[in-house]
Order: sequence, then C-alpha cells, then structure tokens
Amino acid sequence: MKLLFSVILFIISTSFASSQTTTVCNAGCDFTSIQTAVDSSKSGDRIFIKKGLYKESNIIIYKKSLHISGEEGTIIDTQNNGYGFSVEATDIIIKNLIIKNIEVSYTKEYAAILLFKSYDFEIENITVENAFFGFLIQKSKDGIVHNNTISGEGKAEADSGNAIHLWHCENIRITNNDVRRMRDGIYLEFGSNSYISDNYSTENMRYGLHFMFSNENTYENNIFEANGAGVAVMFSKKIKMYNNIFKKNWGTASYGILLKEINDAELKHNIFEDNTIGINADGTNRITYTENTFKNNGYAIKVHGACYDNIYSKNNFLYNSFDLSYSGNLNSNKFENNYWSNYTGYDLDKNGIGDIPYRPVKLFSYLVNRTPESIVLLRSLFIDIIDFSEKVSPVFTPENLIDNKPLMTEVTW
Amino acid sequence: MLKILKYSFFDLMRSSWSYVYFAFYLLLGIVLLFLNNDLSKAVITLMNVIIVLVPLIGTIFGVMYYYNSKEFTELLLAQPLKRSSIFLGQYLGVAISLSMSLILGLGLPFIAYGLFKSNAIWDFSLLLIVGIFLTFIFSALAFNIALSNENKIKGFGYAILLWLFLAIIYDGLFLMSLILFEDYPLDKVSLIGTMLNPIDLSRTLILLKLDISALLGYTGAVFKQFFGTSFGLIVSFLALTLWVGLPVLRIIYKSKKKDF
Repeated sequence: MKLLFSVILFIISTSFASSQTTTVCNAGCDFTSIQTAVDSSKSGDRIFIKKGLYKESNIIIYKKSLHISGEEGTIIDTQNNGYGFSVEATDIIIKNLIIKNIEVSYTKEYAAILLFKSYDFEIENITVENAFFGFLIQKSKDGIVHNNTISGEGKAEADSGNAIHLWHCENIRITNNDVRRMRDGIYLEFGSNSYISDNYSTENMRYGLHFMFSNENTYENNIFEANGAGVAVMFSKKIKMYNNIFKKNWGTASYGILLKEINDAELKHNIFEDNTIGINADGTNRITYTENTFKNNGYAIKVHGACYDNIYSKNNFLYNSFDLSYSGNLNSNKFENNYWSNYTGYDLDKNGIGDIPYRPVKLFSYLVNRTPESIVLLRSLFIDIIDFSEKVSPVFTPENLIDNKPLMTEVTW
Repeated sequence: MLKILKYSFFDLMRSSWSYVYFAFYLLLGIVLLFLNNDLSKAVITLMNVIIVLVPLIGTIFGVMYYYNSKEFTELLLAQPLKRSSIFLGQYLGVAISLSMSLILGLGLPFIAYGLFKSNAIWDFSLLLIVGIFLTFIFSALAFNIALSNENKIKGFGYAILLWLFLAIIYDGLFLMSLILFEDYPLDKVSLIGTMLNPIDLSRTLILLKLDISALLGYTGAVFKQFFGTSFGLIVSFLALTLWVGLPVLRIIYKSKKKDF
C-alpha cells in the first residue's frame, strides 16, 4: 500500500515537473519561431516569447493546453496574411503580446486570435493594432478576456471587423478592454451568461456593443462614446445593464441604446448624455428603467410600437430637446416618480412630489411623430406657442401618458 | 443719394434708439456668453432671439423712421433731387445703422470671449450675415408699407401684421398644410415652403450648421443635401437677396409715382 502510494506520488510529481518553459527569441533561445515552439511543446507547457519582432502568422494551436506569454515589446506582425493565432484547445492562456496588421478579407473573418471550441481560456494584455477582427471566439466556454486594447483602421463597415466577437459562447468575462475604430466594439451573437464590465468602446463604425440572440448577460461600468450608431441590444432576454455611460452618439441614425425585441431587461444607474436619441425602444416588454440620467439628448426616449409593461421610475430627464416621443397606445407602460427639468409645477405640501402631473410628450413631438416633415419647424416661435398652449390645456397628446408624481428635485443614487 | 444716406445714418446714430438697440445686443451677448460658458449653445440661443427680434425691430424702426422724418422728406422733395435717391438713401441709412448695432452689439462680447480661437466662428458669422439680411429685408418691407399708407396707425398695424404673419402665422399654415397632405411625399414641398419665407429660410440655414441638425432625421438629410451643396447655398442666398431686391424696387417705383 505504501509502495503504491509513493508510486502515485512519484507519477504526479514527475508529471508536474514535466511542465516546461520554452523560450522564443530571434537568436540564442530554444526556438526562433513561435509555431515550432508550439509544435514541439506538450500540453501544460509554457512558452515565453522574448522581446522582438516576429513576422509570423497563422500560428496553429491544436488540442494542446499552453500558456503563451510575451515580454514588453513582443510584437507579432502577421503582415496581412491570415490569422494571428488559430486555437482549438482547452485551458489556454495567451498574454502580454502585441499583434499587428491583420489581413482584411471580404470572405473570411481573419482575426488576431481565433478561438474555436476552446474552454477555460484567458486572453490578457494583448494589444491588437490595425486589426480586421480582434478576437473571434466561437463555440467556446468559460473564458476571460481582460485588459486588451484593440484598434482598427477600417474606413467602411464592409471592410472592417469586430474587436471582440463571440459566437455561440457561454460564460465569458470581458473586462477592462479598450476597443476603438472597428465595426462593432463587442459583439455577442448567441452568447449567454456572460459578464461585460469596465470596457471603453469608442469611435466604432457601427455599434459600441451589440447583442444578438444572447440571453442572460450583464454589462456594467462600461463607457460607450461616439460610436457610429451607439449600442444595440436586439432579440435577447434578461439582460442587465448597470452603471454604463452612453455619450456623444450623435448623428441622424445614432442612439445611446437601441432596444429591439427585448424582454425582461433591467436598466439601472446608466447615464445618457449628448445622444441624438438616448433610448430607442422597439418591441420591448417588461423592462424596468430605474435611476438613469438622460442629459442633453435630442430625444431622451423614443418609444415605438409593441412595447408592454415597461416601468420608468426615478429617472432624471435633464435639458433634452424632447423628453419622450411615443407612438401608439400607452399599453400598460408606466412613468412614475421621475425628475423632469422641464416640469414647471409646484409642491405646496412640500413632500418632494409635484402637485400637478407632468406630461412628457410635447405637442410638437407628437406632431413630428405623425408627420415627420414637420420637424423643419424645429425652434420656430409658432411651435413654442402651441407647445405652451398644449401644456396649459392638453388636447392632442395621449391623455393617460402622464407622470402623476413628478419629483421636485433631481434623483441621486 | 450718398449724402442723404450719410445724413440719415448719422441722424440715427445720434438718436438714443440705436444706442438702446446696441446696448440690448451687447447685454444679451455678455449674459449668454459669461453665464453659459458654451459658445455653440450661445449661438443657438442667439439664433432664437435673432430670428424673432431682428425682423420685429427692423419693421417697427423702418415704419417709425419714415413717419418721423416725413416733414424733412417733403423738404427734400422740394429740392432738385432724384426721388429714388431720397428714399433709397433713407432706407439704407436705417438698415445700415441697425445692422451696425447688431454687428457691434453681438460682435464685441464674442470677440472679448475669444471667438477667433474657437471653431464656432463660422456659425457665428453665418448668424450675423443672416441677421443683416433680415434687417435689410424687413426695413425695406416697412418702407413699402409706410409709403403706401398715409395713416400712421394703419401703417403700424400693417407692419406688425406683416411681422406676425412671417414669424408665426406662416409657420402655422405651413404646419397645417403638412398635416393635411401627410399622405403625400412632402420633403420637396417643405423645402419650397422654407425657401419662401425669409425667417424660416434663415432659421433652417443656421440650424443645419449646428449639431442639432441631427435631430431633423430624414427630412433633415434631404435639407442637408440641398443646403449643404454650394448650389443650395447660392440658391438660398439668392432667395434672401430677392427678398431685399423686390421691396427695394417697389420703393423706387412707388416713390416715383406718389403724390406728396
């Protein structure tokens, strides 16, 4: 028995000892090429790439658990030829690298790192410059994408890719990344149970963050700034959106968030500033909007049809050109206890709640909804006059679309 | 003509009204800039004021000046002077002195604030150009009204009505026709509708230069496509010039025939 135990102990210890670290550098190390280093390592080995420029591409890692890391100044230049790394393996770590010049293709999705059917992976401190796709992660699970910087040089949506693209993935943490000048910053397609936080997504041509058919995800503390069209959350359920900042998404087809066919989501403590449209909601059900701030937007919220049971409470609507644009019936959506900077009512009993209800839809906003061309009268004196008279005695604006308990002071959280 | 222009101009420059007008703009500019601290926002607010006030003051001032200097005009008519030069001189005197008050009143605080270093300078110069056009248009219209009406009360009434029509009622009718014909494609119609009214045209010209134009959506895109090109800009300035030219021609025509 004792013998058996010591034999097992021996086997375990040798198997740990066999985890080797090989070094790669331009001269004088174990290897000069990353691919040959990968080919001659076994599962569990570490590869350390020393400082220098490596002109390699399509580095294939197939069914080997490797920990690859670089030094500061380790640059892999794929010279516009295919992928950087192409990985299909479990327990894989890639760290501290700069990957440059990914090939642009109209038929293939070349990425700096392609992960396919990979589990327990970690991608950390990778800088991708001149990217087509940054990280393309497919059919993978349980991964971490942390502290990466990805930037592209694409000119149009067609010839640029997404910075972090997840397809059929589960349980991925995407944190502290900086993505810019790509098509989409972060794109989840059929991704679930993922957590996205503290990312900075800016100047992307299409969306800063994009969900498609992705359920039960959370994103918080992210900043989305000056993206072509803002953030899009579409055809997904149970998404939690907390503490994000959406700003400067300004243009004729831009918005802070586009919500399309979303059910059971929650928006809390988000800040929408300087967007053409803060939230564009189309076909959304059972969404709670709590304690968000809408400041200086063209439209704070634009509600299209087919929205049911949405609750807007304790939000701040500050100095928006239009607080709300609304199509169709009220449909059991509720506006309550919000602070509206345009509110001119009074509070005689000093309980912090205005004594007369507030109507967030201006007559002009209603008219524009009906006849879009009438927007050319924006800021005309006539419009101010009819808006005022409508405020005094409402005739056209939806009768029950009111905030019965408007707050007198801004909500703080 | 130049002599009469000079006389009218200095006469107005001496009157307290131009100083009040000048002081008003000066105050407005200072308050907007130093309380707001945001140049492009100040330009928007200023636009709202200019679009409404400049036409109003142009009209009232024009009518008032004509009626006030009527005796002097009759004296001038007894001299061997061309009639057109008498009235044109007076008109230009009024328009130029009003424009001066506008330019100086708004320009000084903006220059003090550091306009030349800011990229809002183009928006601001467009604002001033539009303001000057509006002054010239509305004082010309006012002179027309005054020339056609001996009765002062009637003249003032028509002048105010004219302002009311172009600043407010026109937009109301415009909006009503847009809603009435909402089943038809309206972007061309709305384009023409804006071109016909100098106040709407000025408002649109300025709005399209500002960030806020993104709010205009699809219609805005159509407008931008038109006004954004040099062709559109030339056409709209042509329209504004026409609005100055036609009333001026009528002043000349009318003054030749009128019995005093």
